Amino acid sequence: MQKDIHERNSNSPSGAGGYSNTTATLALAKASFRSIMRSPSAVVFTLAFPLIFILVFGFLGGGGTRIDVGITPGSDVNNPVMGMLEKTGMIRLVKDKSKAEFDKLLEKGNVDAMIDVHRKVNSAAYSVNVVYTSASRDKGGILKSVLNNIFYDKTLKPTVAEIKESTITGREYKTIDFILPGQLGFSLLSTGVFGTAFVFLSLRQTLVIKRFFATPVKRSSIVIGEGIARIGFALIGALFIILIGHFFFGFTLVHGALTVVNMLILATLGVIVFMGFGFIISGIAKNESMVPPISNIVTLPQFLLSGTFFSIEAFPSWLQPISRALPLTYLNDAMRKVAFEGLGLWDVKFQIMILLLWGIGIYAVAVKVFKWE
Amino acid sequence: METKKAIISVKNLVKKYDDFVAVQGLSFEVYEHEIFGLLGPNGAGKTTTLEIIETLRDKTSGEIIVDGFSVDKQPQDIKQIIGVQLQAAGYYPNLNLIELIELFAGLYGANIKPMEMLEKVNLQDKAKAKYKALSGGQKQRFSIATTLINQPKIIFLDEPTTGLDPQARRNLWDLITEIRNAGTTVVITTHYMDEAEQLCDRVAFVERGQIIALDTPDNLIDKLVSSGFERKKEVKKANLEDVFINLTGQEWRE
Repeated sequence: MQKDIHERNSNSPSGAGGYSNTTATLALAKASFRSIMRSPSAVVFTLAFPLIFILVFGFLGGGGTRIDVGITPGSDVNNPVMGMLEKTGMIRLVKDKSKAEFDKLLEKGNVDAMIDVHRKVNSAAYSVNVVYTSASRDKGGILKSVLNNIFYDKTLKPTVAEIKESTITGREYKTIDFILPGQLGFSLLSTGVFGTAFVFLSLRQTLVIKRFFATPVKRSSIVIGEGIARIGFALIGALFIILIGHFFFGFTLVHGALTVVNMLILATLGVIVFMGFGFIISGIAKNESMVPPISNIVTLPQFLLSGTFFSIEAFPSWLQPISRALPLTYLNDAMRKVAFEGLGLWDVKFQIMILLLWGIGIYAVAVKVFKWE
Repeated sequence: METKKAIISVKNLVKKYDDFVAVQGLSFEVYEHEIFGLLGPNGAGKTTTLEIIETLRDKTSGEIIVDGFSVDKQPQDIKQIIGVQLQAAGYYPNLNLIELIELFAGLYGANIKPMEMLEKVNLQDKAKAKYKALSGGQKQRFSIATTLINQPKIIFLDEPTTGLDPQARRNLWDLITEIRNAGTTVVITTHYMDEAEQLCDRVAFVERGQIIALDTPDNLIDKLVSSGFERKKEVKKANLEDVFINLTGQEWRE
């Protein structure tokens, strides 16, 4: 054995000759992933909490939202648009009221929107005129998506018979379609913030990181390895939530697997940004008991104000600018657009850009406040 | 020792904190294949000195060469050839011993069989246990296993026997001696003089950041005796620890 040691060491006089940073990073990622999977709090925050909310809303929601749409007096009623709206099962068409009555209902939000359909002169096409009300903005938004989807289909598939099917089976806007992306966003936020903050603080305090520094591992390997594990865990959690939502509660995935992939890409971006908060908190917290309060300062406002449970359009107007400043708002928004409206990632580039801006800002602070020992 | 080649050389090492000088002008050499002890009261600067040699801490001034590598210029090379056991260091949470060894193998880029590492420190039965669930002696043996993963030329052990019962302590001495006999240089700190006397080939006494004596334990004792020192109490042929071991047996209870 004595000989072994000497031969081995003398064969690599530079020492660092065969050293692989990738091997070290992956070893850390593997260790961290195993550790996360065995940590009850990580599993609870990432999977159990969101699933409980989804279960509650999934069952409570039942048939989903109902939107009352008034038909403007004089409008054509025997047209495919009206028929398709009725068949979504969530839109109730209100007829036989006078213009004055409708105006009052619209003002109070008792009717969520007005619709007026006319056949264009000398054409087979219809012209649709929709009036929304500020009294019912969130439902107006849903109607908008529903209409978009109907027209989107119509351009793709010219025969009426086909439209019916795809509309009814695929595009019913249910509570789950709103709740799930919000819960997913919140799950990513908690995993990123709490998980990262706790891990780095405890690795620092128990001198695990110091022991790592006695090995040839690079600091970047420690951060990247930890990041890979956490992103991997968050994505597994996200996939789990999406699949449960889809198969048990009928969560809408417009383009199926492609939509899931797009959602996971957004989830990756989200969790990377949110991990930045975790790095900052691990740097400023003096001990483990300080982590939850500081983390809650970051996560709770976003939980409540970023459209996790309610559309931010339902908030009072003075609150909305705050909502629109938070990163989770944009992640939720992008998730919903991708999942329900079937948009591609390029279509939500504005939301992605805001998230990236947040990411740059957060990591600029994290680099300053993060502590290794 | 058959060879007297210095593997670690420390010259005029100084470490200042804001208003406190932890190490003031330490110089010493550690020879290849010896067990070298750093002794001294708490706060004397032993751990600081070790951590500077281990490249974990910056020094204020001085020169340190470890197996031909400079602490300033080649810290990565030094990390490759040393094994470090820290005082009170923890390990990655929620992992069992095999998984922790795998992690360190990755960090060192070493190709080893985790089970063999555990067998070296007689922990093969605890392979699936978590570090937290180990007894004091087992924890120290595991820490020593992690220092051997990269087949280092030198290992540093900072108070490895503190808090252990006599059986576990003696067992650890055997382990440390085995590691030295296999060709590894060992640098150790301890508060137990009987341990230093039994285990160390040479010891340095550190006091207020300076070395006040450095020699083999035998020579240091002889010097003291020749200066006219006498123990107050007649020394018996055995001490109380011998009684303890005799009554409770050699084997471990962990």
